[in-house]
Amino acid sequence: MNMISVDSLRFRYEEGEEQPDSTVVLDGVDLTVPRGQFIALLGHNGCGKSTLAKHFNALLLPLGGAVLIKGVSTADEDKRYDIRSTVGMVLQNPDNQLVSTIVEEDVAFGPENLGVDPAEIRKRVDAALKAVGMYEYRGHAAHKLSGGQKQRVAIAGVLAMQPECIVLDEPTAMLDPRGRKEVIDTICRLNREEGITIVLITHYMEEAVLADRVVVMENGKIVMDGTPHEVFSKVDMLRELELDVPQPTELCYALRQVGIDLPNNVLTIDECVEALSALL
Amino acid sequence: MLSDISIGQFFPGNSLIHRIDPRVKLVLVFAYILLIFIPDNWVGLAVAILLLGVCIGLSRIPPGLFIKGLKPVIPLLVFTSIINIFYVEGQVLLSFWVLKITLEGIFTALFISIRILCLIAAGSLLTYTTSPTTLTDALERVLSPLKVLRISVHEIAMMMTIALRFIPTLIEETDKIMSAQKARGADMESGNLLQRVRALIPVLVPLFISSFRRAYELATAMECRCYHGGEGRTRMKQLHMVMRDYIALGVMAAFVGLLILSNVFVSPTI
Repeated sequence: MNMISVDSLRFRYEEGEEQPDSTVVLDGVDLTVPRGQFIALLGHNGCGKSTLAKHFNALLLPLGGAVLIKGVSTADEDKRYDIRSTVGMVLQNPDNQLVSTIVEEDVAFGPENLGVDPAEIRKRVDAALKAVGMYEYRGHAAHKLSGGQKQRVAIAGVLAMQPECIVLDEPTAMLDPRGRKEVIDTICRLNREEGITIVLITHYMEEAVLADRVVVMENGKIVMDGTPHEVFSKVDMLRELELDVPQPTELCYALRQVGIDLPNNVLTIDECVEALSALL
Repeated sequence: MLSDISIGQFFPGNSLIHRIDPRVKLVLVFAYILLIFIPDNWVGLAVAILLLGVCIGLSRIPPGLFIKGLKPVIPLLVFTSIINIFYVEGQVLLSFWVLKITLEGIFTALFISIRILCLIAAGSLLTYTTSPTTLTDALERVLSPLKVLRISVHEIAMMMTIALRFIPTLIEETDKIMSAQKARGADMESGNLLQRVRALIPVLVPLFISSFRRAYELATAMECRCYHGGEGRTRMKQLHMVMRDYIALGVMAAFVGLLILSNVFVSPTI
């Protein structure tokens, strides 16, 4: 069964009644995410990717179409908390999503809300903190951690609810390069080792390259969908959508433009080096 | 300037006072604050000071921190003392013009000052030795009988938890906004009071706006983590009363007894 399946989803925000068309945020989105997949969602600001993400855990409900999580519709009010504990969500600003002063108490917040038995909460909190490598910091004050550490605590807070899928809405946008690496490494490990389905919204192409699948959105629609190699080989199209491509891809593209024979599916520095040395 | 704020400051430790059940601690400190107004003689007051002194000693928190915490109340002490010294009737020691100082006035002033100091120190002892979350947790449980009166105890405790969580974040943000305004030539350190207050407006407006944005995001994050009020919620940290908590209650009972005895058998000073 698919983890997430979105069927001709339409959505618009309430405000702006006088201009009905301009507020359409999602305009017929179809998407299925199989269990265990790592998918990166790209698109420039206002393309509807965050709105789409908020449909995955019933923060927003579809105005048209449907969103199914493991076959259960998000519109089903009785299943709301099941859905939210199945699909965890991590937001952009690490400061605004930690509820408690102390790290371990914050991680316990989710399971406490679910009414889990105290001894079981303790186990889950310890396991979640170990999974993100923050176990030594369990007694620390949350506001004194670095951005990357705070974001990893936020991920632990979601993990403690034992989700099968984690949606991350630009989790690295406010972090320095080191914090970004910490968070991305954690996400990749959770995907590989725990088999957790990952939906990563990002502006950083080097993060998107790590995914199994890249989906590009524009004006509330999905315009590109494929493996990173497939998507990033269409440099012209991405440029039109005002998106960057990874640096190695861009270099090969520029060299190809001046007539040097290079493949068009280079993504990483290693691949770039290989392609260039093959040429020499 | 902003780093001076010490609301809810907590000094982690493992002393006896730290380990007392927060509910017991909360009730005892509250009782102490009320009881400090009972003794009307030096013996009773001395017992009260001694008890507080022993507790501070047991907490292994440097006494200097308590003295630092008492500093802000000095103006209040001076004010109440002056009022008391001049207005309490009794045996006149000194008099000039319409003002007269009485022996009773001096004693009353001293008593009131000592009571206020003990009160603040007791309150500090509570916050210094109890983590803010534990404290709000204890508050929620101690006040839970009020649910009968339809008072939303859980919501109040949750608001306090969040307020405490965001104090450092907002202080940091205020500092940042002030630096940003200063960098654009805002003058916050000179001028009279009115001018200084007016200079704060460009700091407060962005702070307010960003607080609302934060509140909105936090609400989303809490919803994502299945928050739906206090109903059906469990807690990771369970509280259990153990021997030391009963001993603490016993000590408090003995303290009440001593205070009453001293009031009965020692002639009142005030």
